[in-house]
Amino acid sequence: MSLELRGIHKRYGSVRANDGVDLILEAGSIHGLLGENGAGKSTLMKVLSGFVAPDSGRVLLDGRPVRLGSTRAAIRAGIGMLHQDPLVFLPFTVLDNFILGSGRRVRRAAARRDLQRMADQFGFRLDPEAPARSLTVGERQQLEIVRLLWLGARVLILDEPTTGISATQQERLFATLRALAEQGMIVAFVSHKLEEVEALCRRVTVMRRGRVVGEADLPCPTERLVEMMFGRVQVPVVRERAAPGDAVLELQGMRPADRGVAESHTLAVGRGEVIGLAGLEGSGQRPFLRTCAGLQRPAEGRIRVAGRDLTRARYREFRRAGVHFLPAGRLEEGLISGLTLTEHFLLASPGGSFVIDWAQAEAEAAATIAENLIVGSPRSAAEELSGGNQQRLLLSLMPSEVQVLLMEHPTRGLDLESADWVWRRLLERSRRGTAIVFASSDLEELLRYSDRILVFFAGKVLREVPAETISGEDLGYLIGGKDPR
Amino acid sequence: MSVLARSRSAATALLPFALVLVVGVLLLISVSAPPLEVFRLIFQGALGSQAGLSTTLMVWVPLVLAAAGLVVTFTAGLWNIGIEGQIIVGAVAGALVARTVIGPPLLVIPLLILAGAVGGMLWGLLVGVLRVYGRVNEIFGGLGLFFVATGLVVYLVIGPWQRAGSASTSGTDLFRREAWLPRAGGWRFSWVALGLAVALVVGVYLLMRGTRFGLRLRAVGRNGRSAFLMGITTNRHLLAAFALCGALGGLGGALHAAGFHHKLVPAVSGGYGFLGILVVLLAGFRAVWIAPIAFFFAVISVGSTQLQLRLQLHSSLAGVLQGVLVLCALLVGGWQLRRAHLSRRRAEEGG
Repeated sequence: MSLELRGIHKRYGSVRANDGVDLILEAGSIHGLLGENGAGKSTLMKVLSGFVAPDSGRVLLDGRPVRLGSTRAAIRAGIGMLHQDPLVFLPFTVLDNFILGSGRRVRRAAARRDLQRMADQFGFRLDPEAPARSLTVGERQQLEIVRLLWLGARVLILDEPTTGISATQQERLFATLRALAEQGMIVAFVSHKLEEVEALCRRVTVMRRGRVVGEADLPCPTERLVEMMFGRVQVPVVRERAAPGDAVLELQGMRPADRGVAESHTLAVGRGEVIGLAGLEGSGQRPFLRTCAGLQRPAEGRIRVAGRDLTRARYREFRRAGVHFLPAGRLEEGLISGLTLTEHFLLASPGGSFVIDWAQAEAEAAATIAENLIVGSPRSAAEELSGGNQQRLLLSLMPSEVQVLLMEHPTRGLDLESADWVWRRLLERSRRGTAIVFASSDLEELLRYSDRILVFFAGKVLREVPAETISGEDLGYLIGGKDPR
Repeated sequence: MSVLARSRSAATALLPFALVLVVGVLLLISVSAPPLEVFRLIFQGALGSQAGLSTTLMVWVPLVLAAAGLVVTFTAGLWNIGIEGQIIVGAVAGALVARTVIGPPLLVIPLLILAGAVGGMLWGLLVGVLRVYGRVNEIFGGLGLFFVATGLVVYLVIGPWQRAGSASTSGTDLFRREAWLPRAGGWRFSWVALGLAVALVVGVYLLMRGTRFGLRLRAVGRNGRSAFLMGITTNRHLLAAFALCGALGGLGGALHAAGFHHKLVPAVSGGYGFLGILVVLLAGFRAVWIAPIAFFFAVISVGSTQLQLRLQLHSSLAGVLQGVLVLCALLVGGWQLRRAHLSRRRAEEGG
């Protein structure tokens, strides 16, 4: 038995999430799918499970085409997907969840016997009458696996299944997956954690930027996998690094109020310093940055900006103190679709007269547009701009005096030229004393522009390293949660 | 824009009206009513006499004020279904002034108008507070408070403010003459109500188009998250939108009570709030169009009372026609959006 994906293309707006993916999964072994967040793994798996319809491409199971874009057709064909957050209806009982979605008349007693038999087979302890709410994430996963098998799944896809489950549950899960593969099922294991893939899989496919960039039989040297995941890292140009000034952002035992955060942070960022946050997405950078920006209150610890304690302060007070936050979702959290560039500049400039002089506003907007090399006119809507120009617009909306600049993926999706321009602007600010903290998944960017790099892994800072002395390879290891030798 | 594109966009703008005409005619034929005769009667009833025109204008006032208010809340991304309740409370507040303040019209009428606006504003703010601080969706909050307002007005009419002698749902006693809005010559409409409505509609248009407040409101409505991150006080703007909309609605209610019924009746809001939602939907949320569309709706509402007298058709047919018009407009709007989206996608893929 084999599952074949041919030429899968899927675009979201201007983003090519899957850009011609070919992949063959064979029965009998566990196939790993490795890649950074945003590499296109999840989209590919969603296509496979019928959750999204691809723009083009085919899926063949044993040479026969599977109807795409329907989860029902996928499960009928025998493709079962275990989502990162198990799809369990919490108020229902375990048995109800088990039966739900079978799409046929079932006798409860028979279903109950099947559930228990299958659970016993894998050593899962599931009480059919217990409410699903009382199950741990690991147990919900077990319920999902049993349910998918009962529905006749011959292909099992697991999307980041080890997030949020205990070590023993992980062992049990891995044992189950090995047993299923030995029984002749196709098992696909999607992850960005190198160690797990190395421990479990026999073959691995690596994706980057919507494409398959390589395959390897395991075991193979970790360096090779790291290189495939992140690309070959160029030796960065060493930039002039001035000694950082007085601390402008201070964290004392600050722990973001977020489920995934494992540790508190103590950190002082000086004026003009650039701190890079490395790590796979979802490792804790996001709550870290958002707490520093004042968008959520920390669970414990203190935050000081330029000597002022802002621990309990609101977002507006952070802004007033000179903290500026540039989110990753440009159109979701930064710009406003449907409003023109002129209107954006008006919104960003505080004060001004109550009545708007549109002619003057447009003239000023034209000047700002020219100054920031934005390709667009005063009357273009924000969403009409390309990604690079949206980023330029966001930067041009920043107030002139910023003490602490917090950014998520400042150059994601930009071409080299735009990215360069963005960083020239940012470094200019840094020289004038702005402290910059940015999260990025681009190793080159991290190495080139940071003074220090904090490597996040599983909700904590695994290591703080000076950017000057660490190599790209070692950084890749750390990001994958492995200590470089 | 080329001539072709221009004529095409004009055609698509007229499409809903053509569609409603066809659907309306089919509808009338299905209840065996002569379509032309129905349209003639409607227009004659609403515009063909001094009395008809006066009534139409007095219906237009609360309708257009509600629509103007709704433009504000829709701009902020809010569905202020509770506008109907805000109209009622405005009318009640106006009636309270009319019943308690004794003095010359120059004192009573401005007070009455102010009370109507403040009453509606407070009722609107309540929806806003529930939404912003209580996380109650404004649709549910507004609907709940509408029922409370209905209960209040019925209670007042058959309870404490009942007519001398007998309690009746037909309304309270007439207000004293000092609380009647002054009429224009021999006409039955009030120039005060009409003038206020025109001024406020123009005011709302200017507020939305040419001020920072309007711009920020638009930002909040289109993307509250981005607006918040830009440093806009989103909650305050949402509350302001509710207050403004409530004030306009409440004012309409008070003007309608003091200028048309001259008393408080249980059905004082007359469904103008809900109808106002249809007006704004048909206007595509733009303030420029609400005045003519509200007038058109007022014509249908007033003129359709003739249908019962002349053709033995129920006047609720007017409501059906209005509803069909809005549905057709939304449908055509949906098609246009979809087509624009598809053609943009094709252009992207081609380029």
